[in-house]
Amino acid sequence: MSRLTVTGLWKGYPAQPVLRGLELEVPAGSLTAVLGLSGCGKTTLLRVIAGFERGERGRVQLGEQTLDDGHSFVVPERRGIGYVPQEGALFPHLSVEANVGFGLSRRERRGGAVAELLQLVGLETLAGRFPHQLSGGEQQRVALARALARRPELLLLDEPFSSLDASLRTRVREEVNALLREQGVTTVLVTHDQEEALSLADTVAVLRDGVIVQRGTPGELYTKPRDARLANFLGAANLIEAAFEDGIARTSLGALALRRDSARPRAAGGLVLVRPEQLEVRSRGAEQLGVRSRSLERTAVADGESAPGSSEDALAGIAGTVEQCRYYGHDALLHIRPEEPHGAGLLLARVHGEQALPAGALVTVAARGPVTAVEGEEPCEAPAPGAA
Amino acid sequence: MSTLAPADPPASSWAHAWSGRRRPPLISIAGGLLAAGLVLLPLVFLVIQAQRSGWGELSRLLLRHTTAVLLWNTVRLAFACTILCAVIGVAAAWCVERTTLPGRRLWAVALVLPLGIPDFVVAFGWVSLEPSLHGYLAAVMIMTLSLYPLVFLPVAASLARLDAGLEEAARSLGLGPWRTFWRVTLRQIWPAVLGGCLLVTLGLLAEYGTFEIVQYRTFTVEIFTEFKLGFDTAAACGLSLVLVLLGLIVLAGELALGGRGRVARTGAGARRGPPQVRLGRRWTALVLAGVIALSGLALGVPVGSLVYWMVHGGSTTLPSASVLTEAANTAEFSAAAAALATALAVPVTALAMRHRSRFSIAIERLAYLPQALPGLVIALGLVSFSVRYAFPLYQSALELIVAYAILFLPLAVVGVRSATTHALVPLEEVGRSLGRRPIAVWLRITLPLIAPGLGAAFALVFISSATELTATLLLHPTGVNTLATQFWTYTTDFAYGAAAPYAALMVAISAVPAYLLSRRMVRLARIGGA
Repeated sequence: MSRLTVTGLWKGYPAQPVLRGLELEVPAGSLTAVLGLSGCGKTTLLRVIAGFERGERGRVQLGEQTLDDGHSFVVPERRGIGYVPQEGALFPHLSVEANVGFGLSRRERRGGAVAELLQLVGLETLAGRFPHQLSGGEQQRVALARALARRPELLLLDEPFSSLDASLRTRVREEVNALLREQGVTTVLVTHDQEEALSLADTVAVLRDGVIVQRGTPGELYTKPRDARLANFLGAANLIEAAFEDGIARTSLGALALRRDSARPRAAGGLVLVRPEQLEVRSRGAEQLGVRSRSLERTAVADGESAPGSSEDALAGIAGTVEQCRYYGHDALLHIRPEEPHGAGLLLARVHGEQALPAGALVTVAARGPVTAVEGEEPCEAPAPGAA
Repeated sequence: MSTLAPADPPASSWAHAWSGRRRPPLISIAGGLLAAGLVLLPLVFLVIQAQRSGWGELSRLLLRHTTAVLLWNTVRLAFACTILCAVIGVAAAWCVERTTLPGRRLWAVALVLPLGIPDFVVAFGWVSLEPSLHGYLAAVMIMTLSLYPLVFLPVAASLARLDAGLEEAARSLGLGPWRTFWRVTLRQIWPAVLGGCLLVTLGLLAEYGTFEIVQYRTFTVEIFTEFKLGFDTAAACGLSLVLVLLGLIVLAGELALGGRGRVARTGAGARRGPPQVRLGRRWTALVLAGVIALSGLALGVPVGSLVYWMVHGGSTTLPSASVLTEAANTAEFSAAAAALATALAVPVTALAMRHRSRFSIAIERLAYLPQALPGLVIALGLVSFSVRYAFPLYQSALELIVAYAILFLPLAVVGVRSATTHALVPLEEVGRSLGRRPIAVWLRITLPLIAPGLGAAFALVFISSATELTATLLLHPTGVNTLATQFWTYTTDFAYGAAAPYAALMVAISAVPAYLLSRRMVRLARIGGA
């Protein structure tokens, strides 16, 4: 178990660098997700760490050992890094048993190590099968057992779940997560799926244009993204214009408290991030449980740092009309057009499934909890659909 | 490889030529260079030998009236045969694939099988039955009958994989069946037609045995005569250079006409097959008569002739053990050549698929070059080299084996390539990350996975070598005969009965892949049509 440090890593053709001075820290024993769109350099980063490609410049270090610093270079087989590529890449001509035992010495294989590993991933009955006789999830688990066989100091997972269909994905993900926690192996998981990254990882590092733009716990990233693009990438977001003054953002939704621990906005005006679940929606005219009108500004400021949802203080809010309702079962995402004087663009609000309102319903929308000032001027007119 | 930290961002340098991937392993580079060197060796020494007598002498030689006659003979034969093969091949393929012709499966096999009979055996079959056959028309007929499957096979495969939607769309846009064929179907099968015609033309340029038998003088015949009987190496080499040039012109012509795909790829796609044209009673009879006549002439006559001479042989009394000796020699040389060619094809393919660069592309192109080089030319180049610079090699078994390996390297590359996919790379990487050294990874992962391709490459080269005549006649070690050379000796002595068993054995060897090819096509047809 070792800490992985990548410093100032460049990779790719000079005209089109894929990685440009990338910095990444993966604490020993943690699971870090590298999250990025396809083509952002995620796979390249993994391949450099694994030693399949050399960095142009910069340093890759595992524990005390320098793996690649532009001069010295440790070949992949001496790195002690486990690698699970997309789709598993099981050796098609070898049985499950032989696949798992591939990296082991004859003595280790005779000593029952393979059976132990298969038991670990719950596939002890499939030892004699061949890869084409396995389901996608089983293949993935064999690939994992194979990578774990040599007790690697670091495990690299390249979009390991993307080839599985949706229902299987969640299950395999949970199983793999449990296994990795149990083994306590330092892991880097590369993915383009923000939900996967947020739900699995201790730390999420967002890779964009060849650099890590932000790194933090899933909660930090979700609530305090650095800029508007990031806010949208990590989930559905309302980015609302605001004027800042003394810890308060004045918006079309009213005056909202700024998160105390986030960076102070540099300018007098800018965008604040309000996640859809921070918006409270009431059917206009209809009574709603536990909702009382209060003085808008006072409560919002007083609300300060309390977590979203724990607030008993609901706000007066602004009037609007539901334009669209995306119903997901457990919840629903409403697209709400505010009435004219408030002027704000389309608002996204997440409500409980049973509170879904049909298009055309008249509602009142209020923001709850503190908000974060983010950089970037793109208003969120086109919401990211389908982010349940 | 130097990856010194350049300025920020990394400045361009030659080292970046490799930066996208790792440098190819030394063994691949060495193997690739060896393959390229072997292909170039005969050409280089052909040029050296040809200019030995001086450019003046050479140009006098090439500007003779004889050269013009040879050129005329070769070109008119190539034109007539190629066009006939194209017409017969396309028509037969269309009838078998796209009509309700009875017995289509049977015809699909029967019409491919002539591919399994060496051309000079076909000529033997005809001429031994009808000694008056000779000259231009005999040459055109025999070569057309033995080469049309080279067009038939890819075109039939291409027709079987045609998407029905295209023709239906054309019909719905108001085109009649004939115009649909010309404007849609033919467009689709065009690369297959051209690819087949290319092979036909190159085969014609390289052929020696048939033309010798029917006494028709082409470049190859003249070169062989100059060298073997006139001992005039310079003249032979000079004429060979013209022949090489003709081959390259044909290659360029094929590219210019838009034949990108060499031989139609035979991937099995389960899409809706094109509809079949319902033949009326009269057309059925006509088409049936046509395919019966075609396979009768192309397959029936040579095989019948062989059987006849096998049964009524006896014009020479020969020890029966002899066939076995020659068969053993043939097997030995062919197996060695197949092993060498396959071994060379592995690094060539690895370089071309994994380490795309100007260097590796050049190596791959060179490996395909022998397709356009007649065996005679390669043999002559090797002779020129060995006589001058490596005499112990001259007429040694090794020289013959190397000649085969060069000549059939393209087949080996095709075979190996068919099994080398990009999917291998991640597997090898995983192998490395599991702590295995590159050589161990290659032996335990790569080799088992490409083994079927290596087997195919080996088989293709083995069969082609076992039935090769021209280069063998020039290079076989003195006193050591192969099936082809012994067959030739008997044939030129008109000892047809004695020659027949040798021919039969060669047909038996090469009929296997022809049969397998046709079976594969039938499978394709079953997916596509019916």
